[in-house]
Amino acid sequence: MSAVADKYSEFQELGVDIISVSVDSQFVHKVWNDEELSKMVEGGIPFPMVSDAGGHLGRAYGVYDEASGVNFRGRFIIDPDGVVQAMEMLTPPVGRKVEESIRQVKAFQHVRKTKGAEAMPSGWEPGKPTLKPGPELVGKVWKVWKP
Amino acid sequence: MAEKGVGCGRPTGAVVGEKAPEGDAGGKETHEREGKTMVTVKVGGKAPDFEAPAYYKGEFTMVKLSDHLGKWVILCFYPGDFTFV
Repeated sequence: MSAVADKYSEFQELGVDIISVSVDSQFVHKVWNDEELSKMVEGGIPFPMVSDAGGHLGRAYGVYDEASGVNFRGRFIIDPDGVVQAMEMLTPPVGRKVEESIRQVKAFQHVRKTKGAEAMPSGWEPGKPTLKPGPELVGKVWKVWKP
Repeated sequence: MAEKGVGCGRPTGAVVGEKAPEGDAGGKETHEREGKTMVTVKVGGKAPDFEAPAYYKGEFTMVKLSDHLGKWVILCFYPGDFTFV
């Protein structure tokens, strides 16, 4: 979570609200933030740390593991209409890469801005070419994009 | 919601932007009524709404996902506080 907090200003610039969730109580969140995370990130965690004691939220999102009683590393990008645009799920031993979430948000925001007229090819980064799907692009993607 | 950071987090039983089913105070009943775990989330579909206690900038507060409609949201689950990754 400190890795996400470290990039918080970037998320803010993109107009993204962050919400973190684990089965720990809000009281444990407080102690973790105050005692440890605030020493990794200046000012501590700048977004709400939600308690999912009981795993009800995790079940609704399909990330709760009944065997271990915790939520897996599930990350959901939700657009302003409340639609889930992306999800990623990892088992506990491997952490996520925050930059990839930022890249995906930028890509989805671009798609939304063009009202779906443009699509983002594999590995797209801001400034790189986008695709404009249509009859004239069929069989001609090679002309505008290479891996 | 007046109460601050008390009780359990619950799915409302509805997706964001829609009212919870009538007479259903929380998602638990809806969720477990059929005696099985229902996975309701999918890409391209509305996010399951929830209301849950949180710690936020020194305060205990309630977070409701649908209050964030109109903004982009990253919802980030992780196994536990004080773990190492």
